[in-house]
Order: sequence, then C-alpha cells, then structure tokens
Amino acid sequence: MYSRKVMENFLNPKNMGEIKDADGVGKVGNVVCGDVMELYIKVKDDRIEDVKFKTFGCAAAIATSSMITELAKGKTIQEALEVDKDEIVKSLGGLPPIKVHCSILANDALAEAIYDYLKKNKREIPEDLQKTHERIKKELENTEKGHKHVLPEEK
Amino acid sequence: MSRFYFDHAAATPVREEVVAEMEPYFSKKFGNPSSLHNFGQEAKEALEKSRVLIGELLNANPKDIVFTSGGTESNNLALKGVAFANKEKGKHIIVSKIEHPCVMNSAKWLESQGFEVTYLDVDKYGVVNPSDVEKAIKKGTILVSVMHANNEIGTVEPIEEIGKICNDKDVIFHTDAVQTFGRIPIDVKNVDLLTACSHKVYGPKGVGLLYVKEGTKIEPLIHGGGHEKGLRSGTENVAGIAGFSKAAYLAYSEMNEEGERLTKMRDRIIKEVLEIEDSFLNGHPTKRLQNNAHFCFRYIEGEALALHLDDKGIEASTGSACSSKKLEPSYVLLALGLKREEAHGSLRLTLGRKNNDEQVDYLLKELPPIVKKLREMSPFTKGSSWE
Repeated sequence: MYSRKVMENFLNPKNMGEIKDADGVGKVGNVVCGDVMELYIKVKDDRIEDVKFKTFGCAAAIATSSMITELAKGKTIQEALEVDKDEIVKSLGGLPPIKVHCSILANDALAEAIYDYLKKNKREIPEDLQKTHERIKKELENTEKGHKHVLPEEK
Repeated sequence: MSRFYFDHAAATPVREEVVAEMEPYFSKKFGNPSSLHNFGQEAKEALEKSRVLIGELLNANPKDIVFTSGGTESNNLALKGVAFANKEKGKHIIVSKIEHPCVMNSAKWLESQGFEVTYLDVDKYGVVNPSDVEKAIKKGTILVSVMHANNEIGTVEPIEEIGKICNDKDVIFHTDAVQTFGRIPIDVKNVDLLTACSHKVYGPKGVGLLYVKEGTKIEPLIHGGGHEKGLRSGTENVAGIAGFSKAAYLAYSEMNEEGERLTKMRDRIIKEVLEIEDSFLNGHPTKRLQNNAHFCFRYIEGEALALHLDDKGIEASTGSACSSKKLEPSYVLLALGLKREEAHGSLRLTLGRKNNDEQVDYLLKELPPIVKKLREMSPFTKGSSWE
C-alpha cells in the first residue's frame, strides 16, 4: 500500500526528536483523530538551520514528518513557506489517497513553526501564512467538537 | 528473512489434507449435485457427507445446515432473513455493540427498512450481560444476535445463558460463531441460528454455513433453484464445502490439544507484553479465545506499530483508525470504554497451528524495542497533555 520511499522514511525517519531551545514550534493535529505532529525549527540569518519533529501517527504521518524536515532544512523562511503538500507527496513517491491528509498536516506543522518564529520575533506575518494559521486553528476546534460514537464503516 | 504469521483471526492457511480432499471435485468429480447422472450424484454425495459431518460436530440435525459463501452471507441471511420472515410478529431486533461489521451493517440497513434495533452495551472486558438481553426483550422483539466470541478482542460471550433467555421468551437467537467454530465446542441446543465459516479453521475462503434450527421462520436472500432447502439457491460450491467439512473435522479432532498449546503461548505473550510500561490487555483476562492476545500501547499508533513488526517479519493487525478506510478507530474498542487515543494504539496477535515457542520468543524480543522507538518519536509521554 505504501511506496518504497514512504517505507524508508517511516522505518528510518530523519530529524526525529526535539529542539529544546527552538526558535519556532508548530503543533498540529489532534490525538483523538490519530495524528499529532510537532515541528521544531532553529533559524539563523533567516535560514532554517535545524529542524526536528515528533509525531504520533501512522506510517504516512511519520514519513511525511521526516520528509518535511528534509525539505525545509537549509531553506530561507520564504523558500520554506513555498513548500507545498504536493512536493511532499512527490518526494515520497506518492501516498495512498486516504493518507494525503498526512502531507497537509506535515506542511501545516512547518507553517505553524514559522508562524511561531515570526510572531516571537515580532516580524510581519505574510497574508497567506496568517490565513493558513487561522484555518488550522478552526480545524482543530471542529475536530474537538465533532467526535461521537460511530458504527462500523461499510467496507 | 522468515515471516511469522500472527493474524489467524483474519485468515488461516489451507491445510494440505484439506487441499487433497477438495482436489477431486474440481476436474474429476466436477458434477452438479442437482444432476441425476453419475457425476452429479458423486458431487451430491460429497455435499451430503459434508453436511452430516458438520451436523455431528455441532450436535445438530444435518438437515439444518445451510451452506453459504461465508460468514458475511450467513450473518446477512440470519438477520435479514429472520427480520423479513417475522415482521408480522414484530420489528425489534437486539444486537451487541461489538458484533462484526456484517451484523452491524445488516442491522443498520434493517433500521432503514423500518426495523428497530437495540445495540447492547458491553462491560469493560467486552462481555454482554445476559440480564441486559432479558431487559431489552419486549413485545415485538423477534431476534437477538450476540456473537460467540469477538473477532478483535477475543472475549467469549455467555451465549448459553443468552440462548436460554431467548428460548424462554420465544425470541429467535442467532450467534456468530465464526471465531469459535473448531476452537471451542458448541452445542446448538439453545441456539436457533449459528454462523460458521471455513477460512478461520484452515479451510478455503468463500465457504460458510448457517445452522437454521428446524421450525425457525426465515426468508432466503438469494432466490433461484431452491438449493439448500430453498434458503440459499445457487449451485453448491462442492469442492469448497468438502474442504470446509474436512477442515472442521480436523479442527475438532485436535481441538483440546491445540487449544491447550495455544493457550500456553497466548498466556506467555500476555504476561510478557504487559511488562512493557503503559500497555494493557483488551478483552477478558480468562474468558477469551485461546489464540487471541490484544493490547493497547499508550502514546503510539497501531498502524505504525504493525508495519514496524511487518518489517521484522511479524504479521499482526491493529484496530487503529489509520488502518481503516474511514480513519475511525475500532468501534469495538470504543465500546469497551477506551478513549480514542488509546484505541489508536492497538495490536491484535492471533495464534495458529504453525506458531511455536521460537516464534513467540522472536515476537517478544522484537516488540519492546519497536514500542520504545515509536514512543521516542511520539510527542506524548506519561503525564503529558495525553491524559
């Protein structure tokens, strides 16, 4: 079901862990839904010098986490904001359709980390990033409200 | 790398003896059991021999055995067939909250057809309380369906008591015995309808049965030439049925010995896995299938766990949301009262004939470091925002 690339990134993820004195932290997802990502960035001269992640989730969630750290590392803030979910999916050799949301989550984690960094440093937040931040906040509220006992899925 | 299979609740390998039993009915004795000529009669003989054999195993009248395409069809036939045949008497059905999806979704569909369904709670071990069944039965109740043992957590239900209650109240009782047939002796004395299938007992896929006690009012789902007492038309799967009965016979003749062997391995797995911090057992500690060990590991997710095990050659399954098509965790685990985040971290290990102590050694060696690795990766730890 998963590509070889996904399995490689899942079994041996890159940049796993936490940065204690991170310049920006992005936390996305909801444990109730089954995926939570935390992304830590260290920024020097406007460039993402180091990036690490912690993820609770399936193979796709772990693989996309690993991939987003690889894609973001060494990029300027501006360049990192240009990474999108399609680039993550492509770099992983594709994802099953039902798992594409994991790539969105990974991308969101990076956006939130950058948002956090800019905010802390009292820098201007680009309009698109502000919108992304508001969408993520809203989605989190919705998922927290929306869960109740469900009957099994029709296969 | 060797591959060790710990997913026998999903499917079992067909035994060589079973393949040999089936073989003549593909090309040599290929006749249609409905034909009068020799080829047909040969096939009919195999069919009826299988029926008698399985009838004996269940302590049932062979005439009451209806062969089907498997557990899903049998359960659909039981629920829908009884509902439609008895709708003049009443439109109320009772099932437990942890039935297999084919029972659940049949019940849900019947709701859309104007039937009323009560979904019974289970306790934290997944046991249905017979007195809850008694309380739920009312005027207009036509059917109670409670499984013999749960396919995920392995809990064995008190079907004899539930059957007696239904019998006393003149309500039809169905039990889905897919996981127990060939593993635990079953007597159909207090059961009106019983589902079993072949591929869980080392027989081929695509074969099952519904035991229908004489006098039980039931409508067929599949109409045609009136095969199987008119309850399941369509030329019988002779080779499959011959294989099923052989597999069932072998399972019954080895039941005690194999059951003891599996129980020992199961209990060792349970004991040693629970030594992993923040893990717990799902299902009943003792009233459970001999081959089922089902756990949750806090702070990690089950699909990741199952795929790491797969990478080490260990094949197991999970009730995690990420492994399902709707991204919802197992409703069975939620019915036990587990939190969704706990249900995400589940692992089911189901043992079978080829498993042995060496394989269990290997499993118990490989599992803890995988759990540890995934926990190192997880943003959650004991005392974190998890609780």
